[in-house]
Amino acid sequence: MTIQFKDESFRGDFSYANSPSNIPRFPFPFPEDEYMYSTNIEPHHAARAGSPFENAFDVDEHYVAEMKDRALVLAEDPGRCQALPHMETAGWDFVELVMVSKARDYPDLFKLTIDGDRWHWINKPLQIDDTFTFGDSSTLPCHPMEYIGRQVQGDHAILDQRDGNLWLDAGIITAQADWSLDFDVGMNFFEWHAPVPLAHELGVFQRALKFLLTLPQGQPSRRLNWTLTVNPRLDTSPENYPKWGPDRMTVTPENIGEKVHLRVELQTFWRLPRSNAILFPIRTYLMAMNEVVTQPKWARRIHRVMRDLRPELVEYKGLSRYHPILVEWLSQFDDGAPTSPGIFPD
Amino acid sequence: MSASDHLIPVVVSNVVEVNPIIKRFEFKHVNGDELPAFSGGAHIVVEMLDDGTKRKNPYSLMSSPFERDQYAISVRRDDTGRGGSKFMHEQVRPGMEMKISAPVNLFSLDLRAKKHLMIAGGIGITPFIAQMAQADKLGVPFELHYAARSVSQAAYMDSLADRFGDHVSCYCDDQGEGVDFETLLSSQPLGTHVYVCGPKGMIERVVETATHLGWPAAHVHFEHFLAPPVGEPFEVHLAKAGIDITVGAEQSLLEAVEASGTPINCMCRGGACGQCETAVVACDGEIMHNDHWLDEEQRASKQLIMPCVSRFRGKRLELDL
Ligand SMILES: Cc1cc2nc3c(=O)[nH]c(=O)nc-3n(C[C@H](O)[C@H](O)[C@H](O)COP(=O)(O)OP(=O)(O)OC[C@H]3O[C@@H](n4cnc5c(N)ncnc54)[C@H](O)[C@@H]3O)c2cc1C
Ligand code: HEM
Ligand code: FES
Repeated sequence: MTIQFKDESFRGDFSYANSPSNIPRFPFPFPEDEYMYSTNIEPHHAARAGSPFENAFDVDEHYVAEMKDRALVLAEDPGRCQALPHMETAGWDFVELVMVSKARDYPDLFKLTIDGDRWHWINKPLQIDDTFTFGDSSTLPCHPMEYIGRQVQGDHAILDQRDGNLWLDAGIITAQADWSLDFDVGMNFFEWHAPVPLAHELGVFQRALKFLLTLPQGQPSRRLNWTLTVNPRLDTSPENYPKWGPDRMTVTPENIGEKVHLRVELQTFWRLPRSNAILFPIRTYLMAMNEVVTQPKWARRIHRVMRDLRPELVEYKGLSRYHPILVEWLSQFDDGAPTSPGIFPD
Repeated sequence: MSASDHLIPVVVSNVVEVNPIIKRFEFKHVNGDELPAFSGGAHIVVEMLDDGTKRKNPYSLMSSPFERDQYAISVRRDDTGRGGSKFMHEQVRPGMEMKISAPVNLFSLDLRAKKHLMIAGGIGITPFIAQMAQADKLGVPFELHYAARSVSQAAYMDSLADRFGDHVSCYCDDQGEGVDFETLLSSQPLGTHVYVCGPKGMIERVVETATHLGWPAAHVHFEHFLAPPVGEPFEVHLAKAGIDITVGAEQSLLEAVEASGTPINCMCRGGACGQCETAVVACDGEIMHNDHWLDEEQRASKQLIMPCVSRFRGKRLELDL
């Protein structure tokens, strides 16, 4: 299967859209008609051909455009990519994981040749053809994490493990749902999760941390998280709030279907071998409400989830301004019929 | 899901008698593939098929983390044990096929350290051999203090001293030598991390001395080579499975649960990783907590047990399995 990469934007004229064939493969985040936080972690096994869970690092039609958007963010704000000095080995682990996985899963797009420490990497979609010495950062144009982070969709945090906790000691974060690497860098699992409501009381974070501390090599896990974003904007960072905050005022019953996007993060967890750190890719998928409701099961379910969402979550996810209009608009697609279990469309 | 569900098939490529009580075993992937990269301090779980009994023991990797074509472990023979180490010593020969887990590290170097101070007792030397290769390559200062009962039991002492020179200091009980922890720990530069692996008493003394001298707890790291202790047989009811099982005198609760075909998580099998943590539904009796995972409060509550190393004495134990 060859992928047709789209030429599109996540800012300005917002020309981003999903091709009709890309819609059913969207990682719809609601397995049931109601939603609450849980320790929703499962093995990141290859699942369902054609789905975003088929490969270790999913590549889709938005790849090239997303990498261009990342380059724009980094040019304006280099602070979006930071690594504390002890995180270089982890950066190399990240390079290896991505190159080996992509070359294996997409041989027509990526090619890796290893000859001892000499590595030759070809990334056809981005027209990169580089040779370097594995483990020697002076043979790359930048830090290994930044080098590979510019070639893989999704934000990436790298967590150092020590003292029975995880520490956010490195990351390349340009497409985040309103959190700041510059603020969170150096924090531990409980510190960076402090703003999240309800989940602490439910013991979600205690359980998740215990699980992650013993995450074995070669057995990655995944979970889905979601929010809503007005316009298909990847960079909704606190640093950029003045650019995207006011967008929320522009939502009307007439434009809501094209303006409001379901924003899903496919989060995966990988034990890195040489650094014993954890790689945390946060892969964002965006889909306009108009596109979501083309799948009748998703249309019914998202109406029910939004209607019954706990007020604390509406507030935390920043939906208050347009939540009532959205529920009203979605209700036209819900005939009350039962929905089948699981996230995939019927 | 547990680490030992995803085993790597290997062939024993070499067995070396290091001294009368320690043997080194080298493994290669059966297909000649590269083995997973790892970090110094990691261990693997070795599966042993001993005449119908399946044993799984953790052993630290002592080969260089930068070498991917083979792994090496060293096993101390323990004649009082249930037989895992005896099996390794007596039955395992070059050419034999075995299964091992991917590496797991519960004893990794803190990569922020300005200096790594390593203290080994006896077979506790194994994780440090890999860590020294790692520290050496990263160019971070390190120092090893290695104590053994006797010159004849001091595995690798000479070769380590040759390889790492001044970085290594050796002490043999039978020569009247011993590590002066007080002096050693009070003369370290700021930003040093200390790591200790060896007999229980040694770990306790290092941790106590460091605490007494005001070392931050986060700078003190240790690993127990805890073997599941044997004891009296006992009965357990598994509530979800709806069955009763008997844990034999020389069997761990984890092994008995596995033998019954009931799913249970595990990883280190040594009371350190937390994976096997199991809820207690009912307990009329005393749980012998032998793990390093639960805190005092959790132990006292009698609501949790670590089946890989802990046992029970009393009338009835019912687990949420
Ligand atoms: C993370 C980790 C890393 C390890 N790395 C290494 C390594 O690199 N090299 C190594 O040699 N070992 C290592 N070990 C220990 C190893 O896994 C085994 O526990 C050890 O080899 C003993 O195994 P065994 O099967 O022979 O005996 P086990 O039966 O597992 O051990 C039983 C122990 O119980 C005690 N015991 C047995 N019978 C009795 C009795 N009747 N009364 C009282 N006490 C009794 C003895 O003290 C004996 O040591 C490691 C352990 C851990 C947790
Ligand atoms: C180890 C890697 C992880 C990192 C780096 C990470 C990071 C973050 C960050 C930065 C936030 C935003 C907090 C804010 O508002 O500032 C967040 C939110 C959250 N995280 Fe994590 N997280 C990780 C793992 C997990 C895991 C394993 C869970 C499992 C349950 C989890 C559950 C959540 C939840 C429920 C939220 C709130 C999300 C929302 O409602 O939009 N996280 N996380
Ligand atoms: S298996 Fe690791 S604590 Fe029990």
